[in-house]
Amino acid sequence: MFDPTSIATDQPLLVADNLAKSYGRLPACRGVSFKLYPGEVLAIVGESGSGKSTLLQMLSTQLQPSAGRVSYRMRDGVLRDLAALGEAERRFLFRTDWGFVHQDPAMGLRMAVSAGANVGERLMAVGWNNYGKIRDTASTWLQRVEIGLDRIDDAPRTYSGGMRQRLQIARNLVTSPRLVFMDEPTGGLDVSVQARLLDLLRGLVTELGLAVVIVTHDLAVARLLSHRVMVMQGGRVIETGLTDQVLDDPREPYTQLLVSSILPA
Amino acid sequence: MNAPSYNFAYLDEQTKRMIRRAILKAIAIPGYQVPFASREMPMPYGWGTGGVQVTAAILGPSDVLKVIDQGSDDTTNAISIRKFFAKTAGVATTTRTDEASVIQTRHRIPEAPLHEGQVLVYQVPIPEPLRFLEPRETETRRMHALAEYGLMHVKLYEDIAKFGHIATAYAYPVKVAGRYVMDPSPTPKFDNPKMDNCPALQLFGAGREKRIYAVPPYTEVVSLDFEDHPFTRYRQNAPCALCGAEDSYLDEIVTDDKGGRMFVCSDTDYCETRRAEGHFGSANAPETERADV
Repeated sequence: MFDPTSIATDQPLLVADNLAKSYGRLPACRGVSFKLYPGEVLAIVGESGSGKSTLLQMLSTQLQPSAGRVSYRMRDGVLRDLAALGEAERRFLFRTDWGFVHQDPAMGLRMAVSAGANVGERLMAVGWNNYGKIRDTASTWLQRVEIGLDRIDDAPRTYSGGMRQRLQIARNLVTSPRLVFMDEPTGGLDVSVQARLLDLLRGLVTELGLAVVIVTHDLAVARLLSHRVMVMQGGRVIETGLTDQVLDDPREPYTQLLVSSILPA
Repeated sequence: MNAPSYNFAYLDEQTKRMIRRAILKAIAIPGYQVPFASREMPMPYGWGTGGVQVTAAILGPSDVLKVIDQGSDDTTNAISIRKFFAKTAGVATTTRTDEASVIQTRHRIPEAPLHEGQVLVYQVPIPEPLRFLEPRETETRRMHALAEYGLMHVKLYEDIAKFGHIATAYAYPVKVAGRYVMDPSPTPKFDNPKMDNCPALQLFGAGREKRIYAVPPYTEVVSLDFEDHPFTRYRQNAPCALCGAEDSYLDEIVTDDKGGRMFVCSDTDYCETRRAEGHFGSANAPETERADV
């Protein structure tokens, strides 16, 4: 389908340039710039209200920035300004080359439609027209996210929280995207389920060479998954660096506070 | 007995103009649902208010009207709509498919082939084929605009996953002129192939949902399916008990409380025409009564 070696990994996949968003007089996000390279996992951490989700929505074109711009390297290797894409192109990007894992699986899944069809929907949307092949691919993906094939015809509303989240991941990865956005993917799950999900995610991300932007308030998630961390406070990026560097040797007082407020296991 | 207090065909001329504009637009964009300002009609929603408005807008004094309900000319709905236009427009009515210039239908397409110059008007309860998969109207409109029809196949996928075959038996989604996916109204999927390349104009009116759409004559209409689960017509495996037809869509009629049943053509005109030509089925093998038709 797509040969990942066709695009050089030394060129950025996603470029944010001086992004800003204000809601009326309230600046939710200010002056955010970064480059994300293929296969790189970037964690955006910070407390509630620090602008993480606003930033993620701007990056994924769901929210129009008040200033600045986001560019993405398309599969043909050309870096394009996302604001200049037509709606059809943007939606196509969203169901092929991108994934979005919501905190609440009900937002990313069709709860009344079977798991197999949930995974197959993206394939059908890009023109797959063979039931057998769609079902085989869906089965393969369900197995990869550790969902038993006896549940393939059950609707996700009969699933547990952890299973729903894994199903959402399978649904996103089936078209082999290059970039996945995740918004608190482990929020609301109990600790053992979280651990299993993180384990699974880490495996898939390495295996598929995914670039990921993950928003989380949980520093443990950032430590496990990400290569780089951006710490946000009050709408600004206050510290950025390699994950172990930021988490083990935080420079900013706020980051020090965040790191020190992790409960010892 | 033409009631003088009504305008010709009940609706006022401005309303008819408005509906005709919607119809013209619908014909220009095959399969696209055109919104229109649906009026209150002297019948309840669900009884064909959309179809009646379309018929009223296109009817002229020289038209010959046929109305069918589930293929039948003599059910309550068909008779009352036929009488309605006989009274308010004074047009001639018929039960013969080939003699009619306008045919209003609910749930069937006549068995006799339609010809050029005829108009088939469908009564549509729910015009949006994506409705039960995507409840947001804003989203379904966007999906039509961008031709994102993957979701339609999700429904067919679900059918196969649950029942082993595409179990959708009516309102089977079609793609019109290679562009818009359309709900052909609750006709049995047996009738879908008749819509393809049909010489007659097909108009669809949904009164409650305020939508009109159309399939112009000789337009390609393809039923959606999967490569490995192709579209199939469904027909009860029996000949008509009255006329012996092997090719018509059948109604199953329960005749007693001991499991007795008979299959007869759902298209009454087709059945009567065949019987008049001397065909017969198992229920009336020798010459029988029914000379009144």
